[in-house]
Amino acid sequence: MSFAPPSTMNAPDLAASAARRPRRRALWLGAGLLVLSLLLGVLGLGVGSTGLEAVWQMLADPVAAQIVWDIRAPRTLGAFAAGALLGLAGAVAQGLFRNPLADPFLLGSASGASLGVAVALVSLGISPFAASWAVRLGLTGAAFVGAVAAVLLTLALARGVQHTLRLLLAGVVVGVVLGALASLVTISFPDTLQSMQVFMLGSTAFVGWTACALMAGVWLLCLTLAWMLARVLDGLVLGEATALSLGLPLAPLRLALVGVLALATGSAVAQTGLIAFVGLASPHLVRAVVKTPHAPLVVLASLMGGTLLMLADTLARGLLAPQELPVGVLTAVLGGGYLLWLMGRSRR
Amino acid sequence: MSRVFPMSWCRGVVALLLALAAQAAWAAGVQVTDERGVTSTWSAPPQRIVSLLPSLTETVCELGACARLIGVDRYSNWPAAVKQLPQLGGGIDPNVEAVVALRPDAVLIADSSRAVDQLRALGLQVVVLEPKNSADVRRVLAAVGQLLGVDAQEPQRVWRQIDAAVSAAAQSLPARIRNARVYFEVNSAPYGAGEASFVGEMLARLGARNILPASMGPFPRLNPEFVVRANPDLIMVGDQNFAGMAQRPGWAGIRALREDRLCVFTPAQSDVLVRPGPRLADAARLMADCLRNKAP
Repeated sequence: MSFAPPSTMNAPDLAASAARRPRRRALWLGAGLLVLSLLLGVLGLGVGSTGLEAVWQMLADPVAAQIVWDIRAPRTLGAFAAGALLGLAGAVAQGLFRNPLADPFLLGSASGASLGVAVALVSLGISPFAASWAVRLGLTGAAFVGAVAAVLLTLALARGVQHTLRLLLAGVVVGVVLGALASLVTISFPDTLQSMQVFMLGSTAFVGWTACALMAGVWLLCLTLAWMLARVLDGLVLGEATALSLGLPLAPLRLALVGVLALATGSAVAQTGLIAFVGLASPHLVRAVVKTPHAPLVVLASLMGGTLLMLADTLARGLLAPQELPVGVLTAVLGGGYLLWLMGRSRR
Repeated sequence: MSRVFPMSWCRGVVALLLALAAQAAWAAGVQVTDERGVTSTWSAPPQRIVSLLPSLTETVCELGACARLIGVDRYSNWPAAVKQLPQLGGGIDPNVEAVVALRPDAVLIADSSRAVDQLRALGLQVVVLEPKNSADVRRVLAAVGQLLGVDAQEPQRVWRQIDAAVSAAAQSLPARIRNARVYFEVNSAPYGAGEASFVGEMLARLGARNILPASMGPFPRLNPEFVVRANPDLIMVGDQNFAGMAQRPGWAGIRALREDRLCVFTPAQSDVLVRPGPRLADAARLMADCLRNKAP
């Protein structure tokens, strides 16, 4: 399959006068995604265990109002924030490694994050759904450490980022090995088996205001950092030599980008578990509409990821109500379906 | 002499008849048909038994044949004696090699296990039994009794005892518990035990109401807000899953949590509650105690 190479192949052209049209398209896409996510957000308040209900009627009843404000609102916003973090991580990973297939899962960082969470659960004996700040921060920290370690391990095994195939293979190896270690930890402590199993499936069901606020904060931080470092990503598209000749201090900036990638992945994984394909598909979906440099791309991919996961979360609640589908299953179907379609189209 | 001769002759005939009867029983051997319709026969009741499901292990021991067990799965933990036996992996994924190495003359295994065909192909006598509700418990008791070659009355006696204890537990409860609406959480995903499950069956027999109707299947995965809306009067949950329950978004308002109407079971108690086996009576007593103390 041949995916569009990381958009910014034509970054230099964009500097020219032709830049105006893509920029307008990017703005339209951003606005469209914002409107869509707002609509989905309102819909998300109305979809729950009883199917679609009118929110204004629910607010009259105290129990129903509590359901809207304490359950549906944070999980809807939380789904957006987690998706946005994953979309951002995907865009950063694909630019940083100059590889359209790079995503938080393929580089092993998601497996590293889940290993971090498994170790934290076992050693601290806490529930992955506890809502207190200490627990949420602790799990996020553990996931972050795991994600950073995994990415560094992948880079060490691949001996740098130059060789695409080696990088992907190293990422797969690290992902599989760390995933197996996480399973080993879980199996050796059967007490954590159930909570880990739930966690691995990925779920937005118990995202509360604490987790939501944490993810929103991390998202703003990562988005700002990625925006500031986007020039490095643009430079890297043209090759390392060119990037160096542009006067960019590559090593520290790259490390900073790895940090952004790991922080975004880690905090999403710590709150919602393993949710596949959002990080991979979001940047591709954006590129299918508009070619932009990395600064707008990371923002758009982030919005796209948020919208995607919000859609998946709403479907997960609504399709089988009052039962619920694991949201990770839905994102895999949606994202996988899109990539298949992309493959079919590029073959023609 | 004429008086003695018939006496000893009689004795001889009786002895001969007894021997013949024993011989006949021996020749007929033991025959058990399992849940997959496969009939296994033994010339004598098996003496080296491997059990790969906790409820089957408990059934064998309940029928007084614990000493014949030579290996169990890693989840079998009752009675305490079975913890000394070699553990042969999980029930779904047993260590086939270890099972074969023990040279059992009967392997008791769940239908959901992946090793059934493999163990059969290796020439072992495999009996597939998987109790899922209380009717199954009775049927499995009879089948295991047959396999062990115990008196046919014995499984029936055990069953009558269990049944009587469950009825007694139900009758000991005050009328008020009939209005108690109960949520039994199996897993914090959350999965709950519906009316169609073994746990739900027990709740119904004790007279309590379940917030999960039979139409949702035995163990539905729920949207957490369903529980908030159903607002159960009483929650039964294992202590592993209870951690953090009050902090789940919106759950603090549920009546059971507000009024501390919670039964938090230890892992050992949870085992009793979720295993459809001969400890059904203990399960009934545990649940009845919970209802008596905590139901509004």
